[in-house]
Amino acid sequence: MAVLTEEKTQALHDQVLHLLKEKFTTGIVSSSCEYDFPVFIVEKEIIHDVLQYVKEEPSLNYHFLTTMCVLHYPENHGNEFAVMYQFHNMPANHRIRIKTFIPDQKLEIPTASDIFECANWMERQEYDFFGVNFIGHPNLIRILNMEDITFFPMRKEFPLEDQTRDDKNDTMFGR
Amino acid sequence: MSEIARTKMQMAQAPAGLEGPGFFLTSMEKAVGLARKNSIWPLPFATSCCGIEFMATMASHYDLGRFGSERLSFSPRQADLLMVMGTIAKKMGPVLRQVYEQMAEPRWVLSVGACASSGGIFDTYSVLQGIDRIIPVDVYVPGCPPRPEQIIDGLMRVQDLVGHESFRRRNSQEYKELMNKYGIE
Repeated sequence: MAVLTEEKTQALHDQVLHLLKEKFTTGIVSSSCEYDFPVFIVEKEIIHDVLQYVKEEPSLNYHFLTTMCVLHYPENHGNEFAVMYQFHNMPANHRIRIKTFIPDQKLEIPTASDIFECANWMERQEYDFFGVNFIGHPNLIRILNMEDITFFPMRKEFPLEDQTRDDKNDTMFGR
Repeated sequence: MSEIARTKMQMAQAPAGLEGPGFFLTSMEKAVGLARKNSIWPLPFATSCCGIEFMATMASHYDLGRFGSERLSFSPRQADLLMVMGTIAKKMGPVLRQVYEQMAEPRWVLSVGACASSGGIFDTYSVLQGIDRIIPVDVYVPGCPPRPEQIIDGLMRVQDLVGHESFRRRNSQEYKELMNKYGIE
């Protein structure tokens, strides 16, 4: 994939930001360029409309949801979790990233699966690993882990090692 | 066949017994043990890189056929030996257990590599920390992954077990207790 130059990334960022600000008067928190990726941070309340808009607005045309994921920032009080969506405009070969923050007290965000079919399984995976509740998802159940586990293993407070091992102790492995 | 090839050929050794012109006497147990140990049908349960080493073990260079195990059984019903090679995720655990339960007695299990034996480097929430947590294992092969020579050695240790197994073992109280420990009927 061609890496955009700094100027071209900035131009893309300015163009998308202009359109977003025209459409949404409030709710756009900040924006920046990370390497060749324009990143837009928006509020949770408008995230569903933003996703719809970047897909359906002809001058944006972000029809392809490349990936999405949840991030955990435990030290970021009030905004402990972030949901990130990465889009690709295939004809123009442009990519953008949209990010929103949610507090761990209320881990809810509207589903994107009604806009992008592929978000169905991605959201199930993020639910599986982080426990984020995607409101309106048609089938929000675990997809990769055992169905009967009671925890969300990718959260930072979850210890990496398997907790059922009893042969590894402090003297041998520095636990 | 040339003279050299014939002298290099090794036949399975007959068990101890009474020999005379036209007859040979030994115990049933030993005769059956001899037959069994030289015709083990393995079921390869290969999930990762140890499986690649197993492919080399089966192929012409190392040739597991020399030990009577060239006939792989991809159905657990006809298999004698379950060869578990690779990382078993916790989600795979019930599948492995079901395969073991479908095998007919007598059955043996060979755990190949660090992951199958102990979880290996994958000390994490999603990986089973050794298959002996869900099914009984007869022989462990260390290595990450083990060389084909090591897998062959593991199979030879299984052959020793098979050849010397008592007829009564599978009906014994000890064996029943072992199965009950794993919750297998």
